[in-house]
This record gives sequence, C-alpha cells and structure tokens, in this order.
Amino acid sequence: MKIVVTVKQVPDPNSVTVLESDNTLSRDKEVVLDPGDECGIEEGLQLKEAHGGEVILVSMGPERAKDAIRKGLSMGADRGVLISDPQLAGADALLTARALAAAIKPESPDIVICGTESYDGSTGMVPPMLAELLGVPQLTVAKKVEVDGSTIKIHRQTSDGYQVVEGAIPVLITVTAGIAEPRYASLKGIMAARSKEIKQIGLGDLGIERGEPAETIEGLTQAETRKAGSIIQDDGTAVDRIIQVLAEAKVI
Amino acid sequence: MAKIWVYAELHQGKLQPTALELMAKARELGDVEAVALGSGAKAAAATLGKHGAKTVHVNEDKAFDDFIAEPATDALAALHKAQAPDLILFGFTSDSRDVAGRLAARLGVGLISNAGDVVAKNGGFEAKVPYFGGAKVASMRANNKPAIILVRPKSFEASETGGTAEVKELAATIGAESRRAHIVERVTEASEKVKLEDAKVVISGGRGMGGPDNFPLLEALAGALGGAVGASRAVVDAGWVPYAMQVGQTGKSVRPGVYIAVGISGAMQHTVGMKASKIIIAINKDAEAPIMKMADLGVVGDALKIVPALTAAVKAKKG
Repeated sequence: MKIVVTVKQVPDPNSVTVLESDNTLSRDKEVVLDPGDECGIEEGLQLKEAHGGEVILVSMGPERAKDAIRKGLSMGADRGVLISDPQLAGADALLTARALAAAIKPESPDIVICGTESYDGSTGMVPPMLAELLGVPQLTVAKKVEVDGSTIKIHRQTSDGYQVVEGAIPVLITVTAGIAEPRYASLKGIMAARSKEIKQIGLGDLGIERGEPAETIEGLTQAETRKAGSIIQDDGTAVDRIIQVLAEAKVI
Repeated sequence: MAKIWVYAELHQGKLQPTALELMAKARELGDVEAVALGSGAKAAAATLGKHGAKTVHVNEDKAFDDFIAEPATDALAALHKAQAPDLILFGFTSDSRDVAGRLAARLGVGLISNAGDVVAKNGGFEAKVPYFGGAKVASMRANNKPAIILVRPKSFEASETGGTAEVKELAATIGAESRRAHIVERVTEASEKVKLEDAKVVISGGRGMGGPDNFPLLEALAGALGGAVGASRAVVDAGWVPYAMQVGQTGKSVRPGVYIAVGISGAMQHTVGMKASKIIIAINKDAEAPIMKMADLGVVGDALKIVPALTAAVKAKKG
C-alpha cells in the first residue's frame, strides 16, 4: 500500500506570536512540524505496519521545510518530496492544492492522509480541494481509520458524535490530531533519516504557473478589541469578585 | 443586482441555523437564491423564503444525505453552469467546508474561509478575515467569479422578512462515481445536558486544567450555574474531552451572557469562537496569557482551587 502524508512546517504553537510594527510576524519564531501532521504520519506508519507498503511525505514551503520532512522520516517514513519555489510564497489554498496534487499524482497513492487543518491557518480548505484535483473521494475528520483490503472505514467526528463512513481505495482522508499518539523518533530512526531521499522540486517541474492570485488583501485594520477589564491575583478574595461579576450579569 | 447564492446546509432533513444567518447578510448584498439539497429540502425552502430567498433550488435525492461532498458538488457545479452566480456563501462548518473546497477546485476559483463579515465593494466582494493571530482583520477581495466565501457560524443574526420563495427543482444526476464516501451509520454521543450553543453560561477548560480527571470540577460549576462545559482545541486534540465540547474556529461559536475560561491561554483558534460573549472571566496561572487581555475579570491563580470554591459559593448564594 502506498501512502502519502502531506506535512507542513508551522510556527511553533507553543511560542508566542509577536507582531512587529510593520505588520509582519517576528522572524525569530521557531518553526516545527505541524503537531497535527505528526499524528497523520503516525497513522500512515501504523497502516504501513499493518498492510505493508511505503509512506511518502509531501510538503510545500521554503528550503528549511526539509527539517519538518526529516523529522517525519526519522519517525519511520520512507522518503520525502518538497515543493519549493519562490513563486509559491504566500500561496493561497487553490495554488497550494494544485501544487500538491501535481506532486502527488505521479505517485498514484492508495491513501493520501492530511491533517484536518493546520495549526497556523486552521482553515482546513486544502484537503477537499486536493481530493477533487486528484479525483478521489474524501473521508474527512477521521478519529479512527480501518482498512480491510480495498475498503476503508473511518469514524468521522461530528458536532454531536460521529458518523461511520465507508469508501474504497484510492482515497484522501483527513485525520484529527487525536487519532494516534505520534511515536518518538529513535536514535536509529534519526540516523536512518539522514540518508533517506528528499526530492526537491519547483513549480516548473510540476508544469504549474502561479497565475493571478485568487484573493488579494486590500487592507488591514486593527481587530476590535474588548475593553480591558481588571486582572487580580488570587489572594483568597477572587471567588468573591467572581460571584460579584456573576451577580451583576444576573446569572445568579 | 448581484446574484448571491446561499448554500443551505441540511442535516438529515434539518435546516442548519447557519443557513438563516447567511440569508440575513446575503439580502444586503443582492438578489438571494438558496440551494437546499437532500431530505427536507422543500420544507427548508419555505423557511428560506421567509428569510428573503427569492428562489430556492431543491433536490431531495437521498444521495445528498448519505455521501460526503461529491453529490452536492455535482449539483452546485451543474447549477453554476446554468446560472453563473456572483457570490456563493457557505457556513464555515465541517460539511460545508467539504463541499466548498471541492466546488472551488472544480470551478478553478479561489475561496476565502473563516470570514466574520462580507461586504460588496467596487463591483466585487470583500471578506473580513482574522489575521496575525486575530490582532488584525484583513479585508480580502475575491478576484474570481463566483466568489466563494465561508462565514463563521453566529457572525450574523438571522431574521425573518416574511417572503415566499419560488421553489425550483434542481435537475441533478448523481452517478456511481460520486457515491464514494458513504455515511453508513450515525452515532450520537452528546449528553442530554444544556446545549453549549444555547447556554447562558459557558465554562470552558484548557490545558491548565491539568488533565481530563479535573473536568468534573467544571461540570460541577456548570451544574450549579445551569450552564454548559466547553473546551479548547488543545484538550480535545489531546483526547481529554470529545470534539462536541470544542469552542473555537473549528469548533462551536458561542455568545453566552457569561463565559468562564479556565486554564485557557486564548489562542485565536479559541477566541474567535467566544469573544462575542457578554462577560468574559478568565482563570489562569499566567497573568500574561492573551485571554487576560480580553477578559472583563482576569484571575491569576490555581484553577483547581478556585473552581471548587466558586462552585460552593454559587451553591451557597443560590441557597
């Protein structure tokens, strides 16, 4: 079974975002492999262990995104593909999906695994676009995945429970971050990852032109902020203060 | 007049509230038509008419209920070919995301998601989207036709205008090639307690709760206040509590009278789903946490001590 996992390098969710005066993000922010994608890689590795095959990581980003791929390779994935091109800076969801689709299609994977949404954007729009461009069905928001021959069955998270959704390979699935506890890379895994292939390709290799952007930012305004309230240290009187606020709000 | 479509999401015959919220905005932007697919579409059309839809395109094929995204994409793409709308509005929900993404890719157009508002400008449309972790709002212009914009639930208030929609049968053939992601079973896990979206008081827990074993402390407080318990994405991802409890960008949007955030730092992912609450109380060990800057009352302290004491005090006050 050939499994492709899409991965993304994102600003470390555990570090604080600093907005500079010129509206750009602070450059010294750490970047990491998206924690949600670690779960996707883990799910891919478990499927490979159960059914055999190969796990290929596909990412798009600057050269340094190789670090994110390398981390996945040290967990046990077999090889990586990085789409890197200056023209892709600030790519929107459609361009991202087109580039990923062009890189993934020649691999003819049985299963494409994506995170439900990235940690930085959290919009989750690339996976359904990618499924359409690859011409495969999408089984989304999976919190459990079972593969039996060419049949795949997932538990699809809903607002009040889940749906059991069935499909046939080839397929694209999106997985929730809770689907599998990502393994730590072993020392052996880290050593092995050094010699694993990461193929780097540009837009030209994929036969894609950037074209006009589908969306443009016309302006940035300060977000409406709530009036700052009071911050108190709990010195034993905090409960009384909260009770007072609850009473003023007439909920007690 | 611009031609606006609202994708009216149905869940097993039930029209979703987001559809009516979108109607309220769509009426301001142009002539509104709605598309309702699956069981209950015709009944939904009457409601959509009362909310300002001039025409509702319906098709009650069960394939729309039972297969993810592809049947709806086929129907919308076919209708698009015949009607060429200027703007298609979707709710920013799991089901609508699946359809909107697929449709945009098929039509070769972009889309704007996570919008909090939509305005008509210079003959096109701009969406207001949170940017830079929510510190800024970007005005994003859709350069393609149709513009496809996904709007967060509860961004607009639904209201009736009292009209009647013309109901048109949408001709769509759903072939085997689109019956691929089959919903074979639906399981409800949510409890019968107060619904998060409707609760007057919401108490949400994050990583600062220390672990799932401490969530009953929040349940007890919610019980005393007649409220509901929510959670941040971090603890849902960690498997402490079910997704049904997630408040935020990809969870539920709430706007209760009082929102109590316990051990939640206040990342944009979370705050876009709760910042419209009337009163926000935050309890957190870290005085510098972003949530403190938006709270009406921020308490720096140990949640595991404060919450039980608060529960006892509420009970005493209520007698």
